[in-house]
Amino acid sequence: MTRVTRRYKFAASHRLHSSELSESENHELYGKCNNPYGHGHDYVLEVSVAGPLDSVSGQVVNVLALDRLVNEQILRDFDHRYFNADVREFSGDLVPTSENILTVIESRLSAGWRKTFPGNWPRLEGIRLQETKRNRFELRTN
Amino acid sequence: MLITRRAEFSASHVCGQSSLTPEQNRELYGLAANPKGHGHNYVLEVTLEGDPDPVTGMIFDLKMLKEVIQKNVVEPMDHRFLNYEVPPFDKIVPTAENVAAEIWKRLEPQLKGERARLKNVRLFETEDLYVDYAGAGQ
Repeated sequence: MTRVTRRYKFAASHRLHSSELSESENHELYGKCNNPYGHGHDYVLEVSVAGPLDSVSGQVVNVLALDRLVNEQILRDFDHRYFNADVREFSGDLVPTSENILTVIESRLSAGWRKTFPGNWPRLEGIRLQETKRNRFELRTN
Repeated sequence: MLITRRAEFSASHVCGQSSLTPEQNRELYGLAANPKGHGHNYVLEVTLEGDPDPVTGMIFDLKMLKEVIQKNVVEPMDHRFLNYEVPPFDKIVPTAENVAAEIWKRLEPQLKGERARLKNVRLFETEDLYVDYAGAGQ
């Protein structure tokens, strides 16, 4: 089994604010991330894909196809957008923390996966989201 | 415990299969199929696993690991055109996946009988694309 990891970038803004909490509780919990007009990050997204090495093509995954999938499902909707207003999953009560963004990314990639990769392989193995250089969130999907 | 040693080499390659048309190769490999080739600054991370020797306090002598990587990977591949100068890439496509697997094949026998075993080969073709290979069946 060989694993291929591809890195993507997108710039987006968000505001952490839960409708379940009061103004003061939100401020207490999220601190600066609760500031009313939001703020942004240069997010770095890593997508790891695993599978057997095809002896003819020499590939585990066609990176061009993976790029198309990530562009269509993620980057086109997220890049240079305000999560809370522009991305449908976050227009309601879901707070755009990196944890929730990862879950949304996983679900969007899974939804388009079979169309892009009709066979059993490759499989989505994990995704990592770096919000700043000092924090990183990881979701293993295998 | 794991230890990882990093090395770099610069090489050129072209991705394409002789049984496919130029259009099919272009469809499959994109710009990497441009016929005269192109190059990368490959970054290699070799990870060994083992228990430290109680006397030396080391899993494996990092100087020796550097030499093993240098002799078996960097010297043969650095500043070379992989398809023309580095077998088996005269016969198989030098994708990052195949280059990582070939590096594993070259390094693994060098560590036979040592305390440490080869755990993973990570090959960065660019900062935005890397491959992990941990041996056949892993």
